[in-house]
Amino acid sequence: MTTNTTNIHIRTKINGQSYEFLAPSYMSLLDALREIVGLTGTKEGCLDGNCGACTVNMDGRIVDSCLVLAAEMNGSEIETIEGMATSDGLHPLQKTFLEEAALQCGICTPGFLVAAKGLLDNEPKPTERRIRHWLAGNLCRCTGYDKIVKAVQKAASDN
Amino acid sequence: MVETFEPKSDYRVIGSRPVRHDGFDKVTGRAIYGADVKLPGLIWGALARSPHAHAIVKSIDTSEAEKTPGVLGVITSKDMPETEDKMIDLGEGDENPRWTSNRLMASTKVIYRGHPVAAVAAADRYVAEEAAKKVKVEYEILPVHNDVDSALANQAEIIIDGMVGNDLGEEVKNTNMATHERYDFGDVNKAFKDAAYIEENTYTMQMVHQGYIEPQNATAFWDEEDRVKVWTSTQGAFTARTALANLLQLDVSRIKVTPCEIGGGFGGKIPVYLEPIAALLSKKTGRPVKMVMERTAVFETTGPTPGGKVWVKIGADNNGKLIAAESKIWFEAGCNPGSMIGPAAQCIYAPYDIPNTRIDSYDVVVNKPKVAPYRAPGSPQVAYAMESAVDDLCDKAGWDSMEFRINNASTQGTRRGDGVRFSVIGTKDVLSATKSSNHWNSDLGTAPEGKVRGRGISNGYWFNIGLKSSVNLNVNNDGTVTLIEGSTDIGGSRASISMQAAEALGIPAEDVRPSIVDTDSVGYTDVTGGSRTTYATGFAAWKAANNLVDELKGRVAMLWSEGTGEFGKDDVTFESGVFWSKAEPQKSISFKELAGKLDNLGGPAISTGSVDLESAGDGFGMHIADIEVDRATGKTDVIRYTAVQDVGKAIHPSYVEGQMQGGAVQGIGWALNEEYYMQDEGGMANSSFLDYRMPTSLDLPEIETVIVEIPTPLHPYGVRGVGEVPICPPLAAIGNAIKDALGVRLTDLPMNPGKIIEALKK
Repeated sequence: MTTNTTNIHIRTKINGQSYEFLAPSYMSLLDALREIVGLTGTKEGCLDGNCGACTVNMDGRIVDSCLVLAAEMNGSEIETIEGMATSDGLHPLQKTFLEEAALQCGICTPGFLVAAKGLLDNEPKPTERRIRHWLAGNLCRCTGYDKIVKAVQKAASDN
Repeated sequence: MVETFEPKSDYRVIGSRPVRHDGFDKVTGRAIYGADVKLPGLIWGALARSPHAHAIVKSIDTSEAEKTPGVLGVITSKDMPETEDKMIDLGEGDENPRWTSNRLMASTKVIYRGHPVAAVAAADRYVAEEAAKKVKVEYEILPVHNDVDSALANQAEIIIDGMVGNDLGEEVKNTNMATHERYDFGDVNKAFKDAAYIEENTYTMQMVHQGYIEPQNATAFWDEEDRVKVWTSTQGAFTARTALANLLQLDVSRIKVTPCEIGGGFGGKIPVYLEPIAALLSKKTGRPVKMVMERTAVFETTGPTPGGKVWVKIGADNNGKLIAAESKIWFEAGCNPGSMIGPAAQCIYAPYDIPNTRIDSYDVVVNKPKVAPYRAPGSPQVAYAMESAVDDLCDKAGWDSMEFRINNASTQGTRRGDGVRFSVIGTKDVLSATKSSNHWNSDLGTAPEGKVRGRGISNGYWFNIGLKSSVNLNVNNDGTVTLIEGSTDIGGSRASISMQAAEALGIPAEDVRPSIVDTDSVGYTDVTGGSRTTYATGFAAWKAANNLVDELKGRVAMLWSEGTGEFGKDDVTFESGVFWSKAEPQKSISFKELAGKLDNLGGPAISTGSVDLESAGDGFGMHIADIEVDRATGKTDVIRYTAVQDVGKAIHPSYVEGQMQGGAVQGIGWALNEEYYMQDEGGMANSSFLDYRMPTSLDLPEIETVIVEIPTPLHPYGVRGVGEVPICPPLAAIGNAIKDALGVRLTDLPMNPGKIIEALKK
């Protein structure tokens, strides 16, 4: 840390659990999750909001966590990939991603899952076009998206 | 003599679709990718990079960076060990360690924008990055060569001082042309004189990037005994180790590379970039050092695939038989030699049987990042030229281009452009599967007002590679088997390799537990690349499984002998997971039951399998593209798309389809939009995902797949590689579809709206 760094006091909820910590004023939400809280499931792809690998849910809205300052977490509720599966098992989207082989390298998968959950939470029965539009902020270079879209459709049809 | 295998069809595991073994880790965020590595005392490294693409480095002043609070060490090229000036083999291409060293950390010259000039280690990443900006460098700017024509011009500035070019065996000094190769078969000049129809054209293209979502990363620790541990997202832990040994001037046994989960690569994560820098920063500071590359640097400094130009001329007789082909291929190597002119020559004519062929190819150094393999390296560029020319020849002669491709298709015994003759291949089977596909037999439909539709097809080819792989198997007493391998799993290969072991052992895929381990813990294994992993590491797994069965037969004999020695290993047979007595067919024991008894039957049962495969089964594919062009905006939408491919045998069909879809979409991006848009003064103008603009889910239709299975005799299950072929056809399939829609041939990639508007004006 540089000598003139200001640290911000943050109280937040991540995946339902309360956290309290100090973060440098310049730190992103992404780095706070990965470096301070230790949740590395949220991935870094570009650091400029164009790939969606760092997608998290912030107060019911999906955001690129690389574009949000850690300080903005204060008083917020954050949901990350680590919060998607519960003690009852995988989220339906996680199951359909496995069944439909909707991942290859898997680096974009956490972002896609959090984004897709954000869609299905509000729109249980989206059309294929709507799914493709909603997920256009998440880049995948391996799959050509085909199996991702099918996995989301399958999870939606089970809703 | 190469061992060959008869095709089988009665599989229990192969061809099924189990959940991949690493699936749960990857949908829950638990999987550890390179950037997720944490170590006690970990600090961060960052690079100071050149803003110029070509300049002499007159001085480097690191004093301000060193004084920054939190900075623990700074290195420059003076800290790079002196390296040998010779070519070494890295699995998918040769490299000269001295040039590589200078490319990773500039000494006297920078030769591409983003070229590192110094590296900083600091307590955290932000401090390291801020301090790197304080490194002061004095540059003397030199003229920049962005393309082949400029680099080969008479008065061109020489990019690598002292590089000696090879022009058909003649040494050339003071040049940017590293290599000129030629393949010449038959009598091309006479054949063109005999030809009734001739088509020739020049096709141009820009560099494009692999575009993996995970940036390059490395974590390294250099200890007091000069032993170096490296954790990295690499396609090849062993080839990374070789490269590091050369760059750091250490024996390979002093280096342990742990391959982490990898977030895409497509060839681009074969070379090392940050690994040696992190290691040297660790040496300097005594702390483990992590580095993660910023996205701009990923574009500007890590391997794209070559841009350049391809001239092709083809001739056919009156009966529609191709009789002659000639081509000249100029590829941009980037700032060090090593573009994929060899593979380009192997691939360009492969889908066709042509008696007279010639290829001249040129590897040219330019002021851009050094190219790295990208999915079928060198093949898509030449497929774009050849497959466009074939359609134009057919248009000229009034022939149906599908029938022409079928009539001229390569087959067993056909001589490829580089002279190699084909074994069992599926070119014709792919063409007939395409012809009978639902897509080919469906109408194009009617375009909405202002838009126009077209359909195009194209072949694609990749030879696939074999090379070295190692697998170890251990039997657990619950009947499961651990499978230890060295192949990075970039898209489901844990599953495809485990399934081959499971098939041979007659146990479910889930009962094989794969682990990908570091370079100290398994035998040498070449890169995950070239479509070799499921083929070669799968072959090693099959071999290890058979060795295990052999070992277990001995244990069964021990069990049934009950100390009498009346049963020998040869009295036991094995089929579908059960050991049988040859003499007494009612006497049997299952694999699982035997596993539970091993503790008292000679102890742990283990086996190994290793392979070094000279060649692999050639892969052919054909794609059909339906497109719709907006005449007002020039925007092209892909409205229907089908990929057909001979995969030999699909081990896990879902991941085979995924490879075909993913490769097709990378090709669609390359065809329509992706390019390194270069500034005159050097450097890329679009080095972000926003401006480079790869395809998103909204840009695409469903990608339909048709799997053709013509088993290769070179593999026990007939596996050919899968991953490379599907990026080859899309460029020309879309170019041919645009010609079908608009009646104009575009010869310059990408075929973006601006070029379509220009073409419509003509």
